[in-house]
Amino acid sequence: MHEKHREPLFHIVKRDGLPWYRSLMIRFVAILIALVFCGIITTITTGINPLEVYGTMITGAFGTSRKIWITLQNISILLLISLALTPAFRMRFWNIGGEGQVLIGGLTAAACMICLGNKLPNALVILCMIITSIAAGAVWGFIPAFFKAKWNTNETLSTLMMNYIATQLVAFYTVVWEVPKGSGKIGIINQDSNIGWLPQVFGSKYLLSIIVAVVITIFMWIYLYYSKQGYEISVVGESEKTARYVGIKVEKVIIRTMLLSGAICGLVGLLLVGFINHTVTTTIAGGQGFTAVLVSWMSKFNPLSMIFSSSLIIFMNRGAGEISTNFGLNQSFADILTGIILFFIIGCEFFISYKLSFRKKKGKEEEA
Amino acid sequence: MDGKTAAVTLKNITKTFGSTVANDKVSLEINKGEILSLLGENGSGKTTLMNMLSGIYFPDEGQIFINGKEEVIRSPKDAFDLGIGMVHQHFKLIDVLTATENIILGLKGKLNIKAATKKIQEICDKYGFEIDPNQKIYDMTVSQKQTVEIVKVLYRGADILILDEPTAVLTPQETEKLFAVLRKMRDDGKAIVIITHKMHEVESLSDRVAVLRKGAYVGDMVTKETNVTEMTNMMVGRSVTLNIERPDPVDPKPRIEVKNLTVRNEEGVVKLEDVSFTANSGEILGIAGISGCGQKELLEAIAGLQVTESGHVYYIEDNGEKEELLGKDPLAIAEMGVTLSFVPEDRLGMGLLGNMDLTDNMLLRSFRKGHSLFTDKKEPKHLAEKVVDDLEVVTPSISTPVRKLSGGNVQKVLVGREIAAAPKVLLTAYAVRGLDINSSYAIYDLINQQKKEGVAVIFVGEDLDVLLELSDRILVLCGGKVNGILDGRTADKNEVGMLMTRMGGTQDNA
Amino acid sequence: MFGFLMNFIPRAVVQGIPLLYGSTGEIITQKSGNLNLGIPGVMYVGAISGVIGAFFYENSGAAINPFLAVLIPLLCCLIGSLLMGLLYCFLTVSLRANQNVTGLALTTFGVGFGNFFGGSLIKLVNSDVPSIALSTTSSYFSKSLPFASKLGGFGKIFFSYSFLAYLAIIIAFVASYVLNRTRAGLHLRAVGENPNTADAAGINVTKYKYVATCVGCMIAGLGGLYYVMDYACGVWSNDAFGDRGWLAIALVIFTIWRPNLSVLASFLFGGLYILYLYIPTGMDHMEYQEIYKMIPYVVTLVVLVITSMRSKRENQPPASLGLPYFREER
Repeated sequence: MHEKHREPLFHIVKRDGLPWYRSLMIRFVAILIALVFCGIITTITTGINPLEVYGTMITGAFGTSRKIWITLQNISILLLISLALTPAFRMRFWNIGGEGQVLIGGLTAAACMICLGNKLPNALVILCMIITSIAAGAVWGFIPAFFKAKWNTNETLSTLMMNYIATQLVAFYTVVWEVPKGSGKIGIINQDSNIGWLPQVFGSKYLLSIIVAVVITIFMWIYLYYSKQGYEISVVGESEKTARYVGIKVEKVIIRTMLLSGAICGLVGLLLVGFINHTVTTTIAGGQGFTAVLVSWMSKFNPLSMIFSSSLIIFMNRGAGEISTNFGLNQSFADILTGIILFFIIGCEFFISYKLSFRKKKGKEEEA
Repeated sequence: MDGKTAAVTLKNITKTFGSTVANDKVSLEINKGEILSLLGENGSGKTTLMNMLSGIYFPDEGQIFINGKEEVIRSPKDAFDLGIGMVHQHFKLIDVLTATENIILGLKGKLNIKAATKKIQEICDKYGFEIDPNQKIYDMTVSQKQTVEIVKVLYRGADILILDEPTAVLTPQETEKLFAVLRKMRDDGKAIVIITHKMHEVESLSDRVAVLRKGAYVGDMVTKETNVTEMTNMMVGRSVTLNIERPDPVDPKPRIEVKNLTVRNEEGVVKLEDVSFTANSGEILGIAGISGCGQKELLEAIAGLQVTESGHVYYIEDNGEKEELLGKDPLAIAEMGVTLSFVPEDRLGMGLLGNMDLTDNMLLRSFRKGHSLFTDKKEPKHLAEKVVDDLEVVTPSISTPVRKLSGGNVQKVLVGREIAAAPKVLLTAYAVRGLDINSSYAIYDLINQQKKEGVAVIFVGEDLDVLLELSDRILVLCGGKVNGILDGRTADKNEVGMLMTRMGGTQDNA
Repeated sequence: MFGFLMNFIPRAVVQGIPLLYGSTGEIITQKSGNLNLGIPGVMYVGAISGVIGAFFYENSGAAINPFLAVLIPLLCCLIGSLLMGLLYCFLTVSLRANQNVTGLALTTFGVGFGNFFGGSLIKLVNSDVPSIALSTTSSYFSKSLPFASKLGGFGKIFFSYSFLAYLAIIIAFVASYVLNRTRAGLHLRAVGENPNTADAAGINVTKYKYVATCVGCMIAGLGGLYYVMDYACGVWSNDAFGDRGWLAIALVIFTIWRPNLSVLASFLFGGLYILYLYIPTGMDHMEYQEIYKMIPYVVTLVVLVITSMRSKRENQPPASLGLPYFREER
């Protein structure tokens, strides 16, 4: 005969939906635990006392006004990429090609700066940069979208491949344009003439990308929640069949949304090259195309929550960066800490949608 | 009772999902050598109760005794070990595997496909099943899939067999065959539970009926000593009348003309062949046929969702002007001023968005209105409130995601929205699939009301009794061909059943 | 031509082995319905764990025992990648987290972990170059069959590799057999296709997902170890492993979830990966090398599109790939 069955210690029950403040609290607690955990790990690796860890992190992110500006600028870039990927995600199109779309946008911006720098007036060069880099990003978004719409090609992998194709293109042009020959770098473009450098706003060399990020955030919020196209995106994401049934052209929506997604990524490339770095390298996007996927998801694809999520990630990154510089660790320490925070945030979602129901104590033992 | 021994005894079983109580202190006995019908409206907790017996759900409270011994069923595996097998309403089969692979799934020991195939063949011979053990599931018809499910349960030597709406997708002939097998199994001493909404099946098959209402156990009766009205009253908790109205069509005019329509699916198989008929305004055209004989393709072709090979579909205006619908997508058809309202077979997969609330689901049909870039949610909100009021949809609020509603309520939301578009033609497929009697009659009423307003209704149904009572004319499809168009008032069930299965029947237009 | 092939094939094979480990591991994982985008991170962790083990053994001052010199890094690698697999499973299976997101986080973490400890070890040895060399350990790992050199070209193509290379091929064939010919394989496929059905059939879905994913990670981790200890001759430098983890995931699709096909396909990819070294560019046009390096990605993209164009039922991904499973879902 079979063995005796005992009731399990606990089983998992789906929650009916938590009030927003409770789910917010769960996330908050998770981040808190994660921070404590990161502190402990840092203490173990560096030997500094835990309080100092957080102190250093805060100094790293907000220590001086320059640091604050850089932190804000970094946030704006990560936020912009996250916003760019979001419409695709709401459509359940796993665009992990943000990296490539940013790179190709940056590359075309650099191309305009280098090739047109001596031929056209500055304003026209900048105009060309804006148009071409947005277009290039859009093309990089269009290609996987087209395959997806036409033959349902797995977009996770096709966008990934597009990343590497973009990287190799940048590598190719890096050699073509390298200054001086053999250095393997392009160096600052138009250092003397400043042609193609995007203008400073109110005399600040940080403000422009922040303003762009604010504008795009508001635009994306309205677009996704209040526009007809945003509604179409949600319908396609929920059920392609239903979308077809009400006459939404799914293929068109996929392609249109990815054009938008890619275009905003291209714009980020433009900012990185034309405004922040004034050069292009294969690592200019710095893996933010992937981090943005996480930011967007953590925020439940809500543009407003993304402001907070991207700030958290950048804060961790800058803070951990400060720790590694001060204590002679290498920069990858930041990745480890970011990873840990992410694991906690990912894990805590469970407690928002499910609860554990423990075995009830019974009057008599059920053992027969 | 009758000196029979209980195979299963449930005591005070309670199960809640979030704030909904699916089963409330249910106590029930299932006896050996007996077929028990479990009756109840949608959402009365029949399936949930049986799922706890088969290990899918775990009860919050209560005890389960199998053969007199208390047991805890934590998983389907535990259920198998106790000899409990369940054939689910939605088949639990894996499409890319063969019948044999599906049947032996989950068993232990060295994998030996040959030996398993032989044993399956023996079971099939014993009970008279016809399946090819090496066929992949995705190549099978619905009734073949069901056979695989039943063989699977028998292969494991189950003594307690639970079937959840097994006949929903079968033809009358297939149903009879199934019942014969079930009776044979009962005589073998097995305990059988069948969940069904079809009263005549309850009468012809079961020995005893047990009734659930709103999650609670109401009582049981010996089938021979009761009748349909009594059972229905017990289920609903008040007396109901069971007559479908059939008003005479008022001033019928041709509205949709289908001419020589041929459709092939993606694999190149002919799904519709040279189909021609006319649907009139103010009339219900019933479409009968065994599952998979082209009903779905026919409706989808009219609605612009299906690629066709040849033929025509005309929309005929009141003044007799014809407009070709083929080649237009659903949006274009709507923009022409032709309104086709289509209740698809698969409600949540196609037609509604499970994670969105009622308002957003109403918006699906109307969001394109106007030139504004932005959506207007005022109207859909009113419509949602109206549908909830008019059709008595049970929902906490109109901002509840529809996936949280029960099947009948989901259906009402869908039909309500489609009808709100004031259609000229209403296409419905399996509009009452899985709905209880009360909800079904509510839907029939809605359809009849549309008919009275001059809408041409094309109604694909699976319950022949209903088709015969509701339709003005009945078109019988068989293997993608029109096997006959009969007058609904004079047609008889056997005749329709024969036409459904016999190829190349005579075509006599009523 | 013959001389070219003699030179090219062994290098392509050597280049393909890490990909083969990665893709075999990912195929097993995906068959259970888990899309683990963390494989690149897992391979980094596998590699660095092996490196750490070897580093401390080499620097422990004890006499180096060849057997231990192989066993210690091997065990460290397996444990490191197993822990990554457990982390992924805990989040996606037990906590039902989104698989794409968890995978990407795992990659961020794993690559960071590899580079951090790699960097720390480099600091420890105070070397001038940003890398650590474990030549002693590597010499044991890269031992090839003694008679290989005696067999000339034939020997070079078939017998010149180290035991980890052969192990990769054996694992791929065993995986193929288990998936298609055993009950465990049947159950695993069922879990990946339709966990609901598998569960109703009495298969322990959670167990299968955990075991398949963890075993998959351990196999993938070996790919990282092979790369450092054999291919790179025991030299660890940060980021050197590059994008091989992603290519391994692409290979899974390329081979339509068949580990035995993966053996050939990974060598093909290995060949594409180093093809640029064999296409003459001339000294003034070194930049074209960068374009040739694009070939494996372009080919993967093309294959991806072609396989999706000719969609056949058997060649589709496991139906529940990427979806969490909760039995009481309604």
